[in-house]
Amino acid sequence: MVASRKPTTMTKITGAQAVISSLEHEGVDLMFGIPGGAILPAYDPLYSSPIRHILARHEQGAGHMAAGYAWATGRVGVCMATSGPGATNLVTPLADALMDSVPMVAITGQVPTHAVGNDAFQEAYTTGITMPVTKHNYFVTDPDEISTVMHEAFHLASSGRPGPVLIDLPKDVLQQQTEWRPPEDLDLPGYRPTMDGHPRRVKEAVEMLAQSHRPVLYVGGGIIKSEASAALTRFAEISNIPVVTTLMGRGALPDDHPLCLGMPGMHGNYTAITSMQKCDVLAAVGVRFDDRVTGDPQHFAVGATVIHADIDPAEIGKVRRPDIPIVADARRVLEQFIAAWGDRPPVDNRDWLDTLSGWQRKHPLSYDQHQDGPIKPQFIIEELCRLTGGDAILVAGVGQHQMWASQLWKFDRPRRWINSGGLGTMGFAVPAAIGAKAGMPDELVYAVDGDGCFQMTFQELIAASAFRIPVKVVVFNNGAHGMVKQWQKMFYGRRFSSSLLNPEVVDYVKLVEGMGCIGLRAERPEEVEPTLEKSLSIDDRPVVVEMVVDPEEMVFPMVPAGGSNDQVILGPEPGDRG
Amino acid sequence: MTAISSLPRHTLSLIVENRPGVLARVSSTLARRGFNIHSLAVGPTIDPGLSRITVVVESDKIEQVTKQLHKLINIIKIFELDPSEAVERETMLIRIAATGNSRTQAIEVANIFKANVVDVGINTLTFGITSRPAKLNDLIELLRPFGVVELVKSGRIAIGRDAKSKPSRMRAVG
Repeated sequence: MVASRKPTTMTKITGAQAVISSLEHEGVDLMFGIPGGAILPAYDPLYSSPIRHILARHEQGAGHMAAGYAWATGRVGVCMATSGPGATNLVTPLADALMDSVPMVAITGQVPTHAVGNDAFQEAYTTGITMPVTKHNYFVTDPDEISTVMHEAFHLASSGRPGPVLIDLPKDVLQQQTEWRPPEDLDLPGYRPTMDGHPRRVKEAVEMLAQSHRPVLYVGGGIIKSEASAALTRFAEISNIPVVTTLMGRGALPDDHPLCLGMPGMHGNYTAITSMQKCDVLAAVGVRFDDRVTGDPQHFAVGATVIHADIDPAEIGKVRRPDIPIVADARRVLEQFIAAWGDRPPVDNRDWLDTLSGWQRKHPLSYDQHQDGPIKPQFIIEELCRLTGGDAILVAGVGQHQMWASQLWKFDRPRRWINSGGLGTMGFAVPAAIGAKAGMPDELVYAVDGDGCFQMTFQELIAASAFRIPVKVVVFNNGAHGMVKQWQKMFYGRRFSSSLLNPEVVDYVKLVEGMGCIGLRAERPEEVEPTLEKSLSIDDRPVVVEMVVDPEEMVFPMVPAGGSNDQVILGPEPGDRG
Repeated sequence: MTAISSLPRHTLSLIVENRPGVLARVSSTLARRGFNIHSLAVGPTIDPGLSRITVVVESDKIEQVTKQLHKLINIIKIFELDPSEAVERETMLIRIAATGNSRTQAIEVANIFKANVVDVGINTLTFGITSRPAKLNDLIELLRPFGVVELVKSGRIAIGRDAKSKPSRMRAVG
């Protein structure tokens, strides 16, 4: 076996070496995965490659680590797994990455070509299974194709609307000899993302906004993906148009910016939700009118003229038919807006801004932390934000804790907030935080997680300990699948069918210490600050803080699923507490 | 076939890269998005690197159908063919019960439609015909009284008349 040396043109190498050389060629420095029979040939040249490989404890963990890495760094996250169960365990992270447009390349081993279709050991039809959960996938039958396929995969994953791309490699293809050749120029005749908005549409949009009286900019993940924050801030400022940032777009405009209204949607704040309902022109950029934002689309922003700019033509008109459709990259189109705005004065919207700030005063996000009562989860988010100065990457799982984190954290820039938005993947936080910390080792990375979520993927903390990736995890222990319990309280007559987690069973401090982490616990409000301070002081290993929180706390405001955004429930019914 | 869809039918002509799995991607995308396939035909084009898929989709959201299909990396072009500006053909093989006098009657009907007798059995006759989809349906109705034993239909294929077919409007969005 030739040891991995920098291959030059025409060097004879194996398909496996071509895979690793391609990764190096694409600038990959870090990847996540688990070896196994069919992918073993690819792990051999990796042994002598400068690429750092984090051995996850479950392939789902490897996939979410790659996603966390991609969210935090903006680069393509790479994960690798073997055939059969290795590949099927990647299905959830791939689906998650597709929904949230996360650039990812997944490499899977496959049984040898001659065994394909014979129900061989650890055989699964990986390309078939992953077809609907990837942007594109490849089944490679010729080792000579590897460098081209790998190059295409990275291009597809990171360009246009980003997403996951999977490459399935039969073991014999990995073992065969091939000649290393640098990837050829891309030949993708069916793939040409539109980057610039149509100038006439841009002009119409800007004129529409300039004449509006109650405009709102509705922005999301597209701003983060296209690095459009500076352009967004500039456009909002020259036009004086207020901005709502969706769950996927938190940090696109700093939360302390006077024009930032925060998060709209099912658990958004009253002002952000209602601004969209009452606006006359809604300029949507890099968003997809998700049902968690719009509620019942028939009752969403009924009086508004809609401008919709997105890089994915299929998103335009999918939920709401816009008056001005623009297919474009979010940053490019905002730059076009700025240019087309020219030296126009800001929008004449003094009354509108007064109305909005009136709503903000009347309906702020609120909770009551009593001195001697149980810890309120919202209080932990605010304390953590205060103690870190907000200078951290915050990663969340899915559920109540995710909503509180998004509502109450003060995001000051993009790529500081990582969560599972579209798919709603419980268990996302721990592995995604590990991936983010591995990719951004100088940043403070905190995962906030529910106890339900934590129990789905905590084993990845073993990987964090083993690879000395000092993430910090705050587990909100309310002894339940909290959001499920909340819905059962509100809509199922308080019948808590299978939503309670028997918290007496789990000793989180012992559990995490058994995985090489430091375990801390707080049970009373006055313990929150010192416990979080303690977690901040440890940076040589992972820390897990168990926060025993009020099990009855619910997330508000709330627009029930499928309801109208005109009917925001601001707080609990008297009987819902306790 | 059970439920007859009341949704409008659209004939889409797709130029795709000639690679394994492209047909699966097309059918998977349509199924995943809840669009019903009425018929589907696939075959080579004059360029060996390209194939053509002609798919008749039942949907009142045809713009979403074409946009979602366009996201597939291996699809190069999509044309929606308006039946009034396209030539559409289906091929049908139909076997009916026919003995004695009814044989002559059935053959007379078939002749009017320019269908050929492609197989003769002791108690059956089989006709073959390539024609417009509506004409095939008329023939089926006229042969139904004889007793249809078996019916095989190809997927629809279509070609734009002259240069009147144009790429579906999705490319023009924005």
